Amino acid sequence: MSEAIPHDPVLQQFPEVEWEEEFGTLIVPTTKATEVAIWLRDDHAFRLDYCSNVTGIDYLNREFKEKVKNEEGKTETIIHKDPARMEVVYHLYSMEKRTGPLVMKQRTTREKPEAQSLTPVWRSCELQEREIYDLFGINFTGHPDQRRILMWDEFEGHPMRKDYVEPFDYEWEPTPHDEILEKHQKGKVIF
Amino acid sequence: MTAAAPNYELIQQDDLETSLLEVSMGPHHPSTHGVFRMDVKLDGETVVDLKPVFGYLHRNHEKLAESMSYLASMPFTDRLDYFNSMTNNWAYALAAEQLIEIEIPERAEYLRVIMSELTRLVNHVSLVGFFVNDLGALGTPLLYAFREREKILDLFEQASGARMMCNYFRFGGLRCDVPEGWLDRTREVVDRFPKFLDEYEKLLCENEIILSRTQDVGNLSKELAISAGITGPMLRASGVNYDIRKVDNYGIYDRFKFRVPYSKGEVGDCYDRFMVRMLEMRESIEILKQALDGIESGPIMGNAGKVFKPAKAEAYGRVEAPKGELGFYLVADGTTQPYRYRVRPPSFINLTVLQDMCIGQQVADAVIILGSIDIVLGEVDR
Amino acid sequence: MSLLGGGIFKGMAVTLRNFVGSYFDKERLTTKEYAWRNDDKLPERAGDYPKEEAEQLSDTTTVTHYSRNFPMLLHDEGEPMDTVRCVACQICERECPPQCIYIEKSKDKKERGGNKAQFYPATFDIDVSVCMSCQICVEVCPFDAIVMNSQFELSTPDRFGGLLLRRDDLLKSNDYYHKIHPEEAAARDKRIADEKAAKEAKKKAAEEAKKKAAEAKAKAEAKAKAKEEMGGIEKPTETPDTPPADTKKEGNAE
Repeated sequence: MSEAIPHDPVLQQFPEVEWEEEFGTLIVPTTKATEVAIWLRDDHAFRLDYCSNVTGIDYLNREFKEKVKNEEGKTETIIHKDPARMEVVYHLYSMEKRTGPLVMKQRTTREKPEAQSLTPVWRSCELQEREIYDLFGINFTGHPDQRRILMWDEFEGHPMRKDYVEPFDYEWEPTPHDEILEKHQKGKVIF
Repeated sequence: MTAAAPNYELIQQDDLETSLLEVSMGPHHPSTHGVFRMDVKLDGETVVDLKPVFGYLHRNHEKLAESMSYLASMPFTDRLDYFNSMTNNWAYALAAEQLIEIEIPERAEYLRVIMSELTRLVNHVSLVGFFVNDLGALGTPLLYAFREREKILDLFEQASGARMMCNYFRFGGLRCDVPEGWLDRTREVVDRFPKFLDEYEKLLCENEIILSRTQDVGNLSKELAISAGITGPMLRASGVNYDIRKVDNYGIYDRFKFRVPYSKGEVGDCYDRFMVRMLEMRESIEILKQALDGIESGPIMGNAGKVFKPAKAEAYGRVEAPKGELGFYLVADGTTQPYRYRVRPPSFINLTVLQDMCIGQQVADAVIILGSIDIVLGEVDR
Repeated sequence: MSLLGGGIFKGMAVTLRNFVGSYFDKERLTTKEYAWRNDDKLPERAGDYPKEEAEQLSDTTTVTHYSRNFPMLLHDEGEPMDTVRCVACQICERECPPQCIYIEKSKDKKERGGNKAQFYPATFDIDVSVCMSCQICVEVCPFDAIVMNSQFELSTPDRFGGLLLRRDDLLKSNDYYHKIHPEEAAARDKRIADEKAAKEAKKKAAEEAKKKAAEAKAKAEAKAKAKEEMGGIEKPTETPDTPPADTKKEGNAE
């Protein structure tokens, strides 16, 4: 595996950037994203000229239960709260130095998801950010050509969101099993 | 940054008026390698603007995978790039193996390399066949290519039970061992392959028609290739020496001696892309020979538990698939299903520069340029 | 540069060599004869089989011994439903990626092949229009009850009836399995036999240990009784033997 990239210089250069220890990612505020990205690309210590993977994650408001043994040896249940948010994840590599990856995230709200487009920095974001806009509904400011890419233009909703409910009659594939056929006879399945 | 259509003024010649012609190439067109559409704006024969349109095969593979267990989406990865199911499997297994620490047995590692290099042969040999098919050499070279591909597919069938949808890799190893005598049969096929390649090179590489149709067509500069995240043979044809097998040394690739062919000219035209693939096949044969010599008997499955249930973590695993960097990004939340499952498809991202390469070229060349990118729509649309 | 048009002549030479060569070298043939069961002995044409053999082959023909197509249910020798291995545990139904298996558990239990009575599948349907031949059901089955068939001639005009394989269509004997996948079936049978032998050996060992433990206990009791009868006079030579041996044996039995 290629060596990991130290993240401390980024934190020194940009005090707004946070480091998330759990996953080992940089959390970049959406207002600063382009600036940080250009610096990462052009700085001689980093030269992250290749943005490999861009994707979105949709987090619903969730609770995690974790059983932990405390000092006395008893198991305790700790409840972690995972706040609702949306994230755009960038996996950055350097082709020149052959290092990587450095993972960078833009964090935004679920209500009004908006992030800065990094297409002007790395061309490879172009189609991938369009895909995120299409499937997650995150708005990219500064994207040159933000349209739906995989779904058709008239499609409503964003299917990769965790709370997306597909219309139940939508392209239902009838199967020969009785249950489905029954449903079909009741008129619930339209095809 | 997107290459916009240059400001174009209609040419008025006395009383003769010309206008731009909008043509929709595809989605059902033999040259588009699947259901893919190009909205092309033409001035006579010259491409003025081009917009790729896809999504016809979209089935939301990622959402499907998020609703089932880790293992159950393994067979679905076969259907991404249906030419190279073995490397797809490997990329997914590699990402999942980062979530849980599993020791992979030696023999499984060797077989993984053998399978993935055979896959590379299959992909490149048929791609070259399709490519000359796009050039107008209908049939003959493609049939020769398919004849050789068929021999490798037979090997896949003997090992995994299926010719294309192999579903052969598992987290921590492989599903089953190869049958008796399989390695000898593979060695036979591998030993015979260079003879075929010689013939193929004689047939194609110095052919004047191929030279004049592909040289200086669809140029891709080094800078644009890096910025646009182009990977695989297409990147190396633009003069960048970057191969994930060498950079990441995943699996046991550090044990093999092989060279990475890349273009020195930095032109990055269709002929470069074609030649890089031809040369890569030779290197794959070298790797295969070394792997077949080195493989020893032993177990093929690490001690992965029955239920794959990783703790909360993120992982990104990538391999050098024949088409470029194939990556899988997994976010685990402590259950048996991935919370987020993302495929980084190489042919999808390689399409970013289609527009840039095609503008200013002839419309017939657009077909060749698309062919030289090497896309598979199962992967582009997911 | 070489002679103008030289590449074309070179290419034509290659084509000619392949054309002529295909009459002498099987490797140069671009198309292959439909391969029947034994990959070494290919018939010249499909019709070249003797009639009876062809008929027999028509329901067991496979492309090779290794190919897989759709799942089938295995039963051992005897009446299919009396020896079916499936116990309707529904693991495969749950794990199937495209969700093409439908199982209903029976209400009663049935004894099969000397094992203790188990449930059996009252309904076992596989919708092969949805099945993608991934073999995950085979992998997850703990009873070796479901394996892959290689029959592929399943085309039917009836989409809903014909492509839904019912339980009785799916039931195939172990002999049939041996016929279509000889290597795999032999390996599987060997594994089952080994597991069974190991289980039996364990059982036997456990029983023996139990017996020994019981004997030892009886002995000890008898001794204690004797001791009592003897009026509490200890026999120092025998006592230290029994207690540690006793615990050891009981530990084994567990």
